[in-house]
Formats: sequence, structure tokens, C-alpha cells
Amino acid sequence: MAKTVLEFEKPIIELEAKIAEMRKLADTLDIAEEIKSLEEKVSLLQDQIFSSLTRWQIVQLARHPDRPYTLDYIERMTTNFIELHGDRCFRDDKAVVGGFGMLDGQTAMLIGQQKGRDTKSNIYRNFGMMNPEGYRKALRLMKLAEKFEKPVITFLDTPGAYPGIEAEERGQAEAIARNLFEMSRLHIPIIVVIIGEGASGGALGIGIGDRILMLENCWYSVISPESCSSILWRSWDYKEQAAEALKLTARDLLDLKIIDKIVPEPTGGAHRNHEEAAMILKKVLLDELKRLKKIKIDKLIDDRVEKFSNMGVYSE
Amino acid sequence: MAWFKRTKSHIESETKRKDIPDGMWVKCESCSEIIHKRQLEQNFHTCPKCNYHFRIGSSEYIEILFEKKSFKELDKKITSSDPLEFVDTKSYKARIKEAIKNTGIYDAVRTGTAKLNGHEVVAAIMDFSFIGGSMGSVVGEKISRAIDKSIKTRRPLLIISKSGGARMMEAALSLMQLAKTSAKLTKLAEQKIPYISVITDPTTGGTTASYAMLGDVNIAEPGALIGFAGPRVIKQATGKDLPKGFQTSEFLLEKGFIDFICHRKELKEKISQLLDLFKN
Repeated sequence: MAKTVLEFEKPIIELEAKIAEMRKLADTLDIAEEIKSLEEKVSLLQDQIFSSLTRWQIVQLARHPDRPYTLDYIERMTTNFIELHGDRCFRDDKAVVGGFGMLDGQTAMLIGQQKGRDTKSNIYRNFGMMNPEGYRKALRLMKLAEKFEKPVITFLDTPGAYPGIEAEERGQAEAIARNLFEMSRLHIPIIVVIIGEGASGGALGIGIGDRILMLENCWYSVISPESCSSILWRSWDYKEQAAEALKLTARDLLDLKIIDKIVPEPTGGAHRNHEEAAMILKKVLLDELKRLKKIKIDKLIDDRVEKFSNMGVYSE
Repeated sequence: MAWFKRTKSHIESETKRKDIPDGMWVKCESCSEIIHKRQLEQNFHTCPKCNYHFRIGSSEYIEILFEKKSFKELDKKITSSDPLEFVDTKSYKARIKEAIKNTGIYDAVRTGTAKLNGHEVVAAIMDFSFIGGSMGSVVGEKISRAIDKSIKTRRPLLIISKSGGARMMEAALSLMQLAKTSAKLTKLAEQKIPYISVITDPTTGGTTASYAMLGDVNIAEPGALIGFAGPRVIKQATGKDLPKGFQTSEFLLEKGFIDFICHRKELKEKISQLLDLFKN
């Protein structure tokens, strides 16, 4: 499936290609042993590369063009999904999708930022960068879920809120602030999953919840490494250092108690196997939903506010 | 043919001095009027000629808004502990140290209880001079505690925002301060305690996208830059020229995101009037 190969993935992909070629000859030649040893080598190499990824490499994986996006997960995890459109005020923002769907027989509201696969679909999706009407659509759908007491699951995957003239005119800041406020007191369980890029307020705008999950190869921070480099180093060339300094990976954020759980990805990253990535996530979501449903709603909301109130490190 | 040929494309006059030396006189950044410092203070740090609002810090707002000596500061000495050990061209630790030394305050917001025209309030006032008024863990925690104080004492909350947004050097922790302060504000709302947000020049990024925009009443000072993305970022991303007056208080009023614009000299009266209306 992998169409794009990142620099550090190359040795793995090359070996895999070699194995595939040998398999074709396996009918006529007795090379089963060799194939086996090569497969072991691939797996070893894979572990080696993926256990020592730099933060910048993880950022690259999070942006991998073959990575599953929100609709890829929804399609594989749910049945009966019906997408609902529009904020009822201005228009439908294509950078965010949402609707009711069923996870193992239980209805949930699924909302997520949606990127495109190619230039055309990326323009259609605005590269997953939401406008104010997108945040308002998301909130409308969450309120709808609240009305019918269905849990909300949000998927975060955006390079940021859209920095456009019209976005400012329609109140990008207000739309995000409103969502943070309303999501904090929404009377239903909310699970947030970071599935790719979690860039700043644009991601957080649909990112308040009772449980914050993060896939292994994602980043979540206040700014992208490139922009951070350009502001603090006054040059675009320090993105690797910026990525290190920002401590933006799932493991970093678990240590900082910003996320609750890391969701493992298939070997080699989610982009290597969409189906498996979706099934791993589905299982985790079902577990989490089961636990959240047992908590009384008032306590759930108090805990949610408490959870975010405790975030931050300072001394006095 | 010309007898004289101009060799330079434009001629600069040397008589126009850009800076007025330190001392008793200040030049208005908008209309270039030369104003005596005392006159500027008496005029609430606004230009008597063109009404330009000079950027001022928390001390000046405390003096302008509250009854003498009524401001009792809370949590004064909470400081950032550089949780990420962040280093860019300079270490974050050094930046904080320098900022504390230069400003005499411990982070970008000061909080406290105070009296405004007889109204007991809880106030949080930001200082742009402290690392661009950026919001990190300390700002989030102090605002969060100010909200607690508001709830506990049932005093209205007043926040004066002046901030470049979330503090980069605390990365995701800074981002979470948007969530923290907004989540806390739901508890204040639940208790039906008024929150007045005063937005001043400049307020952008994460601060606008959290508490600054969440007032029961949002007030802005005239001519302030208020927005989410900064003008330079928008220009770069869209390649378009920005319309005149874009992201100013007047623009936001027109677009429907603030309730009214208030000259600094009337700010105290207007807030007091609002609190009367909420109370009676």
C-alpha cells in the first residue's frame, strides 16, 4: 500500500520488495529458508528503526500521505455511518466531517478533521484546516449528540486552523474559544483521539474530552516545528531542533499528563495497514466507552474540568 | 536633456528625528504629537490629540481602575519552572530570569482582588512586557485561581488581556492553558457570576481563542489589534493584501465579536455601570 516512502523507511521497503520477488520464485526454487531469514531481518530492522525514531521522524510519519484519515477510520470501525453537514449559519466546512455511526451496535457521534489524498481533494478539504463554520458545525453536532445522549468521539488531524482573512472576519478565535467552553460542560462522554497532526488551537478546538488518546506516531503541540523554527530561530532550517525542543510526541505528552493513553499502531506505522490500525483503535475506544458510561454524568463533567485544571507545571 | 541628474532614487531628509530622547516628552506613535509625560498620564496614557492608546502594563491599569491601595495581589510569586528544559537560541530559563529582572513581575499576568467604584472584583491583568504577554502554565494557573476566588467570594471577574498568545517555550503545556482557563470559566458561568473581558492592544492567538473571547461582555479599547492568526501569518498563507483596519477593535465590533469599544478614560465608569446592571 505504501506509495510514498520516507527516507528512514527505505531499508525496510527495499528488503520487503526483495522478499516479494523471491516469493515469486519460491515455486520453482527451494528458497524458503532464505525467505524466512530475510523476513526475520526485516522485522528486526523494523524494530530497530521504529524504536529509535527522532521526534522529527515522528512528525514525518504523522504527515505521511498514505496515513489513514478520519473517514478511513470511521469507514472501517463503524456501521450505518451517516454524515451530517453544515453549521446552520454560514456553510458546510469540508475540512471537518461528522455524523452518527454505530460502533459494535452502539451509536456515537463521530467528528474529525479530514485531509485530502491528492491536490484536488486537498483543496476540497482545505488541507484539513478548519474555518470558524467548521468549529460551529462540530459544536452543533456535539449538541445534537448531547440531546440524544450519545457519546462523542473526535479525531484530531490538522496542520492548524485556517489563517485566512475570511476566517478572522467570521471569528476564528471566538469559534475555537466557544468550543473549548461548551465541550468542557457537554453532558455526554467525549473521547478525543489524535490520529495525525495536532497543531495548536486548530486541533484543540475539537479536542476537549474525558479521555485523550493518541496514536503512536503523531504530534500534538502549540505550534508546528517549522513555524517554531522560523519564529525562535528566525530561520526555517531548525525544524529538527524545534521538534526536539517542543517535546511533541505521544510519549512526551503521556509523561506530561496531557494525554491519557498511547494507542499502538501496526508494525511500520498506521499507513502500512489501515485495517489493522482501525481495529486496534476500535477495541481501545470500546473499552474506554464502556468505562465512561459507568460514570455519573455530573461527576464526569467535574472530572473533565479538573483534568484540564491540573495541566501545567510551575513553581511557587 | 536635464542639466542635473538625480543619482539617488530618493532623498532622505535628516531633519526628521525618529526618536525623542528619554525624559519628559513622548511622541505619539500614531500622529507624532509630542506629549509631556505628565499630560500623558493624566490622559490615561492616550494621545490628547488623536486618542491613540499607548500600551500600558498592569500597574497602570490598577491605578486607572481601582480605588487607591485596594488591589490585593494573589499568588504573586508563582513562576515558570521550565518543565521542558526548552532551549532555542537562548534557554527559556534565561529568558524568564531576564524578563523578571526587566519587568519586576514574575509572569505575564497579575491577579488580585480590588475595589472598582465600590464594587468588589477579582481582576487578572496581563503584561505584554513579560515575554510578549504569552500564556504558559503560570498565566493559566493564576487565571484559574482567580476564577476560583471569584466563585468562592462571589465577586465578578475582570480580565484585561494583552497577549501574543500561547507561550511557545512550554509547547503543549501552553496549549492546554486554553483548555484549562475555558473549562474553569464554565464553573463561573454555572454560578452566574459575571465575567467582563477587556481586550487591549494586542491580543492574538491562544489568548483570543480562550478567555479573551468568552466574556459575558467583551469590551475592547479603541484601535487594538485583536485576532487569532497574526497579520503576518495571514499575509504569508494567503498571499493577499490585508484590508485596511483588519483585525482592529473597530473591525471586530463591525463583525459582531465584541459588545462595545470603550476609551480608556471611560473604562472604569463603563465597567462599574455594567456591574450595577448585573447586580440590581
